[in-house]
Amino acid sequence: MSIAGITRASRAHPGFLAAMVHRLSGLALAIFLPLHFLSLGLAFEAETFGAFVAWTNQPLVKVSEALLVAALAVHFAGGLRLLAVEFFGLTRAQALWITCAFAFGAGLGLLFLLRAF
Amino acid sequence: MTPLAYLLQRGTALLMVPLIAAHLAVIIMAVQGGLSGEEILSRTRGSELWAAFYAVFVVAASVHAGIGLQTVLREWTPLERRGSAFAAHTFMVVLLGLGLRAVAGVYGL
Amino acid sequence: MSKGNGKVLRVKVWRGAEEGGYQSYEVPARENQTVLDVVTWIQRNLDSALAYRFACRVGVCGSCAMTVNGRPRWTCRTHVSRVAKNGELTIAPLSNLPVIRDLATDMTAFFEKWQAARGRFVAGKGKKDRMAAIEPESKERAAASAAIECINCGVCYAACDVVSWRDDYLGPAALNRAWAAYNDVRDGDRVGVLKAVATSGGCHNCHTHQSCAEHCPVALNPTFSIAGLKRATLKAKLKGEMQ
Repeated sequence: MSIAGITRASRAHPGFLAAMVHRLSGLALAIFLPLHFLSLGLAFEAETFGAFVAWTNQPLVKVSEALLVAALAVHFAGGLRLLAVEFFGLTRAQALWITCAFAFGAGLGLLFLLRAF
Repeated sequence: MTPLAYLLQRGTALLMVPLIAAHLAVIIMAVQGGLSGEEILSRTRGSELWAAFYAVFVVAASVHAGIGLQTVLREWTPLERRGSAFAAHTFMVVLLGLGLRAVAGVYGL
Repeated sequence: MSKGNGKVLRVKVWRGAEEGGYQSYEVPARENQTVLDVVTWIQRNLDSALAYRFACRVGVCGSCAMTVNGRPRWTCRTHVSRVAKNGELTIAPLSNLPVIRDLATDMTAFFEKWQAARGRFVAGKGKKDRMAAIEPESKERAAASAAIECINCGVCYAACDVVSWRDDYLGPAALNRAWAAYNDVRDGDRVGVLKAVATSGGCHNCHTHQSCAEHCPVALNPTFSIAGLKRATLKAKLKGEMQ
């Protein structure tokens, strides 16, 4: 897929954007997961693990964590859109609203609860 | 995508809904008053419940991510059916391995 | 003949096949003008070698579909005033199909996929059997009616991203027709339709972008039809009806 391909005029509609957000957030999570598992694997040594967790207490890491939570919320919301259309027969507009509402609400709520700000 | 892959994809997604909710709830509790390795391990060390929970989560996530990745590789790279399947299955196995190792780590195996 | 107003359209038209380029033409702008009028004017007045297709020119046959300013459309039903910004138009053949020459594409793959998705009727009864009674309000008849108006123009196929990403994907038109066929309860082998669309290039590859529904000139929604096929194949699989 080329950059020119992304900007094809036939893609200038919300369904395509929603699908791309879903796909790219999924890729981001897929890249993150191995790193997450690797770092948790440090837990065999309690001290090393403790040091690692302490290390994560810095702004750059916190921001990345917030972005990952956002990616998860948005990926989940996109999945709901798929299920809404595939199994509940909702229209384009309805499904999209569900997605946006969920992504916004969940993302915001989680970031707040995680004390990201 | 075959019907089986489709079923597994949607199925693991649905399975992960409560798992993600529980995981996020735990994270939210854990970060209150600062995050520490001790606090995490005090919850997971020796806990069969948490070990089982995270093991199921790891399997579901690995299958889900693997199938998703296979689709993306098939559609966005020159890889064809066999190449994308091989790459995705390899990724899934790696994820399973690292994930279950992590579960063992936090359990204290 | 509608009045000319002295203005001119600057039109870029794809010439060549897979290899080629855009050639520029100046076409007199008229008050009421479709993109098909523009293409025809070029071919008759400027370049008789321009290859393009049309038939009915009134929006019922689907032959004149082309890519106009990046979107697949019926050119006979596209008013220039609606699409030409600053008097500029870019016309190319439909995407996702091999180009024979200029604006004419080879639709063989499109129709082969139509057949492969089993979008056709298989008889279940014979002459001596009672006629089937189909309630117009029944769920299946309503589903079939919603999908039946397709005239296989290829616009949805050209708009579909998955078609552009995978050669083997059957595509929105073929799958939409398969759904209509599946909902014909007189069909003698409904499960056969499900088997045909449950292949690796089948309905499960749809990612619900809904570019098809966005662009269908007859306002069909292949995404919905494909969702129906997903549900039906899932049910059949869980019931053990699929081999």
